[in-house]
Amino acid sequence: MIEILKEREKQVVTKGKDEAAIACGKASIAGSVSQRACVFCGSRVVLYPIADALHLIHGPVGCAAYTWDIRGSLSSGPQLHRLSFTTDLKEREVVFGGEPKLYKALVSLIDQYQPKAAFVYGTCIVGVIGDDMEAVCRKVSREKGIDVIPIMSEGFNGTKKDGYKLACDALSKLIGTDDKTEVPEHSINILGDFNLAGELWMLSEYYKKIGVNMVACMTGDGRIDDVRKAHNAKLNVVQCSGSMIYLAKDMKEKYGIPFMKVSYFGIEDMSDALYEVARFFKSDEMMQKARELVKNEINKLLPALQEYRKQLEGKKAAIYVGGAFKAISLVKALRLLGMKTVVVGSQTGNQDDYNLLKELCDEGTIIVDDSNPNELSEFVKKTGANLFIGGVKERPIAFKLGLGFCDHNHERKEALAGYEGMLNFAKEVHASVCSPVWKLMK
Amino acid sequence: MFEIGTTKKSTPDYVATRNACKLCAPLGASVAYKGIRGCVPIIHGGQGCATYIRRYLISHYKEPVDIASSNFTEESTIFGGGANCMAAIENVISQYQPEVIGMATTCLSETIGDDVKSYIKNYRDLTKRKTLPHFINSSTPSYQGSHIDGFHEAVASTVKSIAEGGEKAEHINIFPGFVSPEDLRQIKTILEDFGIDYILLPDFSETLDNPIWDSYHRIPEGGTPIELIKKCGSARASIELGTILNKGSLSGRVKNNSLATTAAEYLQESFGVENHQMPLPLGVTNCDYFFETLSRITGKPVPEKYTKERGRLIDSYVDGHKYVFGKRAVVYGEEDLVVALSSFLNEIGIEVALAASGGESGKLKEEINKYCPENTSNITVQNGFDYEMIHEWCIDNKPDILIGNSKAYYIARELEIPIMRCGFPIHDRIGGQRLKHVGYTGTQELFDKFVNELIGYKQDNSEVGYKYM
Repeated sequence: MIEILKEREKQVVTKGKDEAAIACGKASIAGSVSQRACVFCGSRVVLYPIADALHLIHGPVGCAAYTWDIRGSLSSGPQLHRLSFTTDLKEREVVFGGEPKLYKALVSLIDQYQPKAAFVYGTCIVGVIGDDMEAVCRKVSREKGIDVIPIMSEGFNGTKKDGYKLACDALSKLIGTDDKTEVPEHSINILGDFNLAGELWMLSEYYKKIGVNMVACMTGDGRIDDVRKAHNAKLNVVQCSGSMIYLAKDMKEKYGIPFMKVSYFGIEDMSDALYEVARFFKSDEMMQKARELVKNEINKLLPALQEYRKQLEGKKAAIYVGGAFKAISLVKALRLLGMKTVVVGSQTGNQDDYNLLKELCDEGTIIVDDSNPNELSEFVKKTGANLFIGGVKERPIAFKLGLGFCDHNHERKEALAGYEGMLNFAKEVHASVCSPVWKLMK
Repeated sequence: MFEIGTTKKSTPDYVATRNACKLCAPLGASVAYKGIRGCVPIIHGGQGCATYIRRYLISHYKEPVDIASSNFTEESTIFGGGANCMAAIENVISQYQPEVIGMATTCLSETIGDDVKSYIKNYRDLTKRKTLPHFINSSTPSYQGSHIDGFHEAVASTVKSIAEGGEKAEHINIFPGFVSPEDLRQIKTILEDFGIDYILLPDFSETLDNPIWDSYHRIPEGGTPIELIKKCGSARASIELGTILNKGSLSGRVKNNSLATTAAEYLQESFGVENHQMPLPLGVTNCDYFFETLSRITGKPVPEKYTKERGRLIDSYVDGHKYVFGKRAVVYGEEDLVVALSSFLNEIGIEVALAASGGESGKLKEEINKYCPENTSNITVQNGFDYEMIHEWCIDNKPDILIGNSKAYYIARELEIPIMRCGFPIHDRIGGQRLKHVGYTGTQELFDKFVNELIGYKQDNSEVGYKYM
């Protein structure tokens, strides 16, 4: 019998057993060891990859220290995003106010690093001591001649998702501020790719091959000037819908740019992403190129995957990731490797995502929202999973219990998107599940 | 392609912290709580605090680190965190059945003036549960001091809330500070070899470095039991490792904090337990002092094993001295570790060029001068430094090696000089929890690694790649 906190019971369903829809989008219960972070975290991770912006965290030291160089988001140019700046508030400022320190910090950082724009993140304490961050940002913006955008991301003010929304609002302020740049006809924005391990570079190469031009990626390998002209694109292609759907909707409303949700993970979803874009532009030539590209890639990939599939057939996997959309792709990709998903969950999935998951999964699969180490460890034990896919905080749970672990979070160093990514994924799953070390744990 | 920040130099009136060389207080408190048997920490504040701290600790210890949060919402921020605090306590008890709950406050809960003590009292009054865990409560706002202040605050709070007086017994207390699980094991071995009855607090040698498990342990085994902590007041003496601890007077506080007490100081004042404060036993000189003190307090001789370890260590110093002499090192990290490492480097003929810490005790200079008699005048000592200040200093001063946690790797990479990882955190290698720093063998491991870093660096950069040193 798995012990679940009473208030959380509705956030866990088993396919084929529970008919009711899963409860989700709720605040975490006090005292649970949730794997979620906070509003600030949501804003920070989304804007983090913008490499030529200054990211200043207004608060005591912790929030900045724990988010220093935290993502594997690569930049092809400036590396400013990988530095961690904070006003490092002390008791003095908490009592007497932090505005003067924020002002000085911003001015000196802008003078030193000459960023294209600055994002200032407000943390819990700023909301409480009542610093007028917006006024300080306005003043500095006027004096320095760059956009200084305040993000009121007090950690307590909602969930990580609310932080995503704030990040989208910040981007929205920049979009549309460059009207001079002309873009080619078949132009898209990529939303919700963070260029982990250079994944964006692979994706934009695929798009280029089928004749699609990328105006801006938000926010992988991001640049302020690209964001400014993003409204010129004809289509927004949204991955990681959890974080970027707000921006896609906003741009549709403001600029009439339609959007589509895609995933670049796994052969099926990756190929669909290319076909859908070709379909959108109603170009036969583009569709033809997409088909060729997919054919070539799959011909290369399938024989290589077959080797792994032989050894992985019938193994069971548990998935617990940040966004549910990613989980959906993972279920499909694992199926391609002959593996069955027995537990799947996310920190921030919505009802639609979970319905899709329920449809996709086999009978008996446990589906869970906002889980914790206790539950997760029980689930993997009960279902006899051989592999756990998750992030840093899930890794030790898997390892301690003697099952393979595959990192599918923002720290990863191997690209997992696209066709090459699928092969990397297969290699990693294989190395995780088939290592001889598990034999010693019996 | 990956060079960072070689742009214009910073101005002297610089007010932003760039790549902080410190963490926040609740992190330190959480680590200390992990060293108490059956303890689950609750961070009273927003959810991100607990999650970020867990993530940070897990990346170092490679272990599950469960820390609960009272998950503040907007309502709790406006109306007070009492309801969330009590709900958190209730839910932690029902899920974990802990022996102890360690509460740590945050900048948020401290600023809105939450009185955790009264919430705990309310919980006790309202609950229907018959047996309750022991509660420890530490005030750890992140705008006050660093993770080290939080660590010592939690240890002191633990002792204050649990220790009892009584007739003096044979045992001694040992407060090791923020060392590695392997260091704790080493300290225990030393005391056991001496035949000394001891209380080690905190002891996270097992809880943060577990073996494999059959099933998930909600609370890992190990940690100092409450029954033992009770006896801290009747010990014959305390040994407290570290000489700066949380005794700093700056750290951005409005009021001078030099009156903060450490656990051992409290025991001395309240129960007359004699306190021996000393640097971490790292390096021959500091180890000698540690062993001599143990011997003096207990009247027991130093076991022969350690005389031999000491002899071997000095023998290796002789073997390696030429490769290290005159090299210029940058030492950074937690203040007490910086003092101990500097003293070790000082005794092997390394020039400590820069000793820096994000800690702001204002005492680093004084302590370094005291424990590094060889080249005091050449050492630049900096309290309140961040990694970018270290970075800029290194560009100007071209040191030969960096010594400290993994976070300065990017500086070593850019300067193309070796970095010897030690302390906390080690995020880019495995085994941070098994790094040994203390005792003669801990020093031995550091020394071998250190000399080999320098020899290897020379070999890698030589024209021919020779086969003998």
